[in-house]
Amino acid sequence: MTVTLRALLGASALLALSGAAMAETEITVATVNNGDMVRMQGLMDDFYKKHPDIKVNWVTLEENVLRQKVTTDIATKGGQFDVLTIGTYEVPIWGKQGWLVPLDDLPASYDKADLLPAIAGGLTVDGHLMASPFYGESSMVMYRTDLMEKAGLKMPEKPTWDDIKKAAAAMTDKSKEQYGICLRGKAGWGENMAFLTAMSNSFGARWFDENWKPQFDQAAWHDTLAFYLDLMTNYGPPGASNNGFNENLALFQQGHCGMWIDATVAASFVTGKDSTVADKVGFALAPDMGKGKRGNWLWAWALAIPAGSQKVDAAKTFIDWATNKDYLALVASKEGWANVPPGTRTSLYANPEYAKVPFAKMTLDSINSADPTHPTVDPVPYVGVQFAAIPEFQGIGTQVGQIFSAVLAGTTSLEDGLKQAQDSTTAAMTKAGYIK
Amino acid sequence: MARRVSNGQKALTTVLAWAVGLLIFFPILWTVLMSFHAEGDAIKSPFEMLSSPWTLASYGEVQERSNYTLHFFNSVVISVGSTVLALVIAIPGAWAMAFVPGRKTKDLLMWMLSTKMMPAVGVLIPMYLGFKNLGLLDTRTGLVIIMTLINLPIIIWMLYTYFKEIPGEILEAARMDGASLRSEIIHVLTPMAVPGIASTVLLNIILAWNEAFWTLQLTTHNAAPLTTFIASYSSPEGLFYAKLSAASTMAIAPILIMGWFSQKQLVRGLTFGAVK
Repeated sequence: MTVTLRALLGASALLALSGAAMAETEITVATVNNGDMVRMQGLMDDFYKKHPDIKVNWVTLEENVLRQKVTTDIATKGGQFDVLTIGTYEVPIWGKQGWLVPLDDLPASYDKADLLPAIAGGLTVDGHLMASPFYGESSMVMYRTDLMEKAGLKMPEKPTWDDIKKAAAAMTDKSKEQYGICLRGKAGWGENMAFLTAMSNSFGARWFDENWKPQFDQAAWHDTLAFYLDLMTNYGPPGASNNGFNENLALFQQGHCGMWIDATVAASFVTGKDSTVADKVGFALAPDMGKGKRGNWLWAWALAIPAGSQKVDAAKTFIDWATNKDYLALVASKEGWANVPPGTRTSLYANPEYAKVPFAKMTLDSINSADPTHPTVDPVPYVGVQFAAIPEFQGIGTQVGQIFSAVLAGTTSLEDGLKQAQDSTTAAMTKAGYIK
Repeated sequence: MARRVSNGQKALTTVLAWAVGLLIFFPILWTVLMSFHAEGDAIKSPFEMLSSPWTLASYGEVQERSNYTLHFFNSVVISVGSTVLALVIAIPGAWAMAFVPGRKTKDLLMWMLSTKMMPAVGVLIPMYLGFKNLGLLDTRTGLVIIMTLINLPIIIWMLYTYFKEIPGEILEAARMDGASLRSEIIHVLTPMAVPGIASTVLLNIILAWNEAFWTLQLTTHNAAPLTTFIASYSSPEGLFYAKLSAASTMAIAPILIMGWFSQKQLVRGLTFGAVK
């Protein structure tokens, strides 16, 4: 009996010791509910096999809820998260505030030099990589090849806005609920203003001059908005002021749009199993006006470590796993090359297998044609293509987005809308101290 | 004397009541219907969606991706725990205000109610810092405390209204018979106010179950209730209606069932004291 008891005690002690040796570090990862993020959660077995000592808790939230929540946590150094999924808008602002842990010491196998320069540039602050890109995107033209052919037109690889208008007119047949073009109209700094800001860059407009004076009273913004209204009024779907990414995706997938200019990530959806036009989609670069800038944006969802995290080493291990070249190969082996997170690494686009994906080249060309540090024809004091990376932009951008959405809905005139945008932005920038 | 109602009036009232009822219920019905369709079908026009194949795929995916049991357990603990804790505080409070009111009782009641008028986001940062310093972030204890504080004014107001309907003489008689204050509240007042207390409990469980600001802000994983479970299925890039509807249906089903079984009690409590 005594021997049995001793044996049991001994075994328990051994178990306790081995337990201590295998002690798990738990990290909490905050992320958004996008396809690539969900796919990563499904591939965690590979991570646990390589790192059995780290346990990952996922917090998946809607983008705006996540943004508010992580902002609160990071500003108060709450320490609830060890890895954050943030975008190219937050990284320059939070990096400058000292809220993020630099990722300069990731292992050599991470191969920082392999990151696409345009994407890495948007995530680097004062020479330090502050977040590791998980997937990158730009925007491009997605169009119906069958409708273009029927109209006797051919979409250039690098179209102008006039090409787009001509194609939209030719493909519109409202009696069949077929609209030449679908564009974002729903108010929000990341909704209609992402599209309109990128579009305005190609028209030679800018949000602010070098002295932070708003520029909505300039001709370039008038031309941008007038062209957009002309397109949407004559060739767009009804109720477009309520349409964001998902609404336009649904319209395009159901065959109601001749063209859709939106995120490159949409390419896999419009050619996917839920699309009724999957085999009739072509891609082209976002349009320009011959002024040296195209109307495409640049965005990346990236993984970063908040300065309040107590588990920086485990968080870095996770980020390295999720964003290195091996992860791309893992996704390709499990889900096919078309499902690999796009737009982060040069080596992916050099891979002959990935080159077979129909939208691969156009995605890369779109990303490469965007420059967040020189986004506009005339010089600007801010970084960011479809946004100005200043903390006030979320509020200002959403307010202007609401005004422009009302202009599209027809409740405000073009002139009034631009005046309201100029006045409200001037007031906000003066209050924030940018305009003395 | 009962008023004479013609058959035509009865029929009209019935149709009207059903129409209003269905109108209110329609969003829930549509959510449930969407949850049984594929993502590609859920975005189609209503007729096309209803005629497309029905599937449980979204439920399967939601089950696979989320720990529903944990979220459900957290919701139960937070809503029931906060309601019980609030009752323990509110019953004596409402008793005092109803039976031994002071000069400032009305002002006190109005002040309590006024706390509900402040936007929650206005105190987010101080509350967050407080929770962080007390180690209450992402804990069920923290959520129970905050839900108690949020719902306390409503609970006190409801109980105060019910208690006012109970004749004070009955409590006086109990006192004459030698009942202590504790006995008076527990053995005399509470049993008489059961319908009112029951409806207060039900209403507050529902309010705590559905609360989606503090529960989203103050939890991450361990204490996250069903509101965060729902929030995780909205997506800015990609179709999500069917999965979001499945998650919403799973989140509201328990409280709907509870409401269904206790509706008599709820109506009885809400109309308690309406007829003298």
